[in-house]
Amino acid sequence: MGNVIKWINKYKYPYLFIAPTIVLLLIFMILPILVSLIISFTNIDLAGLANWTTIQFVGLKNYTNIVSDSAFRQSILNTLFYVVVGVPLVILFSMAAAILLDYSKSMIFKLLRLFYYMPSITNSIAVAVVWGWIYNSNYGLLNYFLSLAGLPAVQWLSHPIWAKLSLIILALWKAIGANMIIFLAALQGIPKVYYEAAEIDGASKWQKLMYIKIPLMGHAIFFVAITTIIGWLQFFDEPFMMTGGGPLNSTLSIALYVYQNGFQLGFFGYAAAGSFILFVLIITVTFLQFKLSKKGIEY
Amino acid sequence: MKENRKEKVWIVLLLLIGAAAMVLPFLWMVVTSFKPESEVFNIPPTLIPKHPTLGNYIELFQKMNFVVYLKNTFVIAIFSFLGLFLNALAGYAFAKFQFPGKEKLFYLVLATMMIPGQVTMIPVYLMLNEMGLTNTMAGIILPGLVGAFGIFLFRQFMATIPTELIEAARLDGAGEFRIFWQIILPESKPVLAVQSIFTFIGAWNSFLWPLIVANDERLYTLSVGLALLKGQHGGNFALQMAGSAFLVIPIIIVFLFFQKYFVKGITISGMK
Repeated sequence: MGNVIKWINKYKYPYLFIAPTIVLLLIFMILPILVSLIISFTNIDLAGLANWTTIQFVGLKNYTNIVSDSAFRQSILNTLFYVVVGVPLVILFSMAAAILLDYSKSMIFKLLRLFYYMPSITNSIAVAVVWGWIYNSNYGLLNYFLSLAGLPAVQWLSHPIWAKLSLIILALWKAIGANMIIFLAALQGIPKVYYEAAEIDGASKWQKLMYIKIPLMGHAIFFVAITTIIGWLQFFDEPFMMTGGGPLNSTLSIALYVYQNGFQLGFFGYAAAGSFILFVLIITVTFLQFKLSKKGIEY
Repeated sequence: MKENRKEKVWIVLLLLIGAAAMVLPFLWMVVTSFKPESEVFNIPPTLIPKHPTLGNYIELFQKMNFVVYLKNTFVIAIFSFLGLFLNALAGYAFAKFQFPGKEKLFYLVLATMMIPGQVTMIPVYLMLNEMGLTNTMAGIILPGLVGAFGIFLFRQFMATIPTELIEAARLDGAGEFRIFWQIILPESKPVLAVQSIFTFIGAWNSFLWPLIVANDERLYTLSVGLALLKGQHGGNFALQMAGSAFLVIPIIIVFLFFQKYFVKGITISGMK
């Protein structure tokens, strides 16, 4: 008994300090994973929410149903499209911005940096509303610019391919700032001696860029690629606000599909199965990150 | 590296074009928010409102419930600072105390970082429903109160505070909580500043979870209110732009004041 009290006295403060966060994380992060797995094998829906006795175990039925749902398969394909087209664009644009902004430390460059960063912190709903109007096919700014150039109007949000691209352009606009800062930090971390050595060897600016800067940004490129992929796997706000997944499910993302089935239609069990498939996708990408990042370039 | 004048001019020019694309949507939003509804559809669009009006902003507060949304958003922000405090407390314990199970618990915390919101949102909603917390402020606030990422950043920073400082305070008879409050927190100002800004912005922009939990308009946040506004007044772009501007401008002001910390925050959270 005395030992227990001694033990408690010795460790009570650290346990007291971590208790609130650990409890909250257990209830709202760890436990839900279990709950989610369990309900994904049941047919729980809005009726089941009110009366538990109607809930039945249905085995893998939710999973077999969801993978045979053409809308879900379409949402996976769309998400892949976002990743394949979007990720390289984010890397390219934010890296280019970082390299150019790294050119000088003068006032104007610092000011420009602020402009590039601004979209990434602003409210994504507000931004989606603004861009929704810019993309408007009748009164939007973009089609007005096109008309000035004598070009025909584009159905930005109502053409299946354009709608996907429009959402990617918006997400790209929003993603450049934060990722540019990561690239800038990487650039500033490159030891000056490398440039000095290269200059002695008579390297041109282009050579310095291709053989020093870009290879030594490997870590940052990798980090940006992985976080952008994960971000796009969870793409939600923009399709939710601007297209609702349409036209013809062409912008439907996995996250939006889960939301629609879970909270708009009330098929909780079915949506949980969808969210679990998404979870497995994200876990796979994250583990790949850990595996591959060990092979990064060291300097 | 040597700077070449001509080269620099070209680079600035290129960057200016990009910056214009970055800023134009915001500019367009602000300009339109001061236009009367009829002027919005003018072709060619007017760059400066011909009949500038504050009517759209007034409508947000008089006809729409933006006062309520604003209040709710602030309530969420205030509680998220309580969450920030809890994160700091946990980060401190993980950084400076030895106790059984420490490593395992810390790995548990880190593991929660990998769990995407879409997986937890359905079970958490069902659990809150069982507890009778759906459609309450508590239901909106509790699930996101603490976060692994915050705990992790606090731990990283607080590990660098010299242990002698804590030992000396203990010898002087200070209680553990007082040490945290009067020594650790003031020493952690840089990381506290960074996290405070991101906490505020996170609360200000909160959308998906309030959208799910709140059925009652009295509990909506600004973002949810704006989404509702777009649904109800889909054709009134001037009003929508005023609503958007109301959400975006405060953040830009915060950003301009604290931009030094933003960069630091992104670098810390990005690369470590």
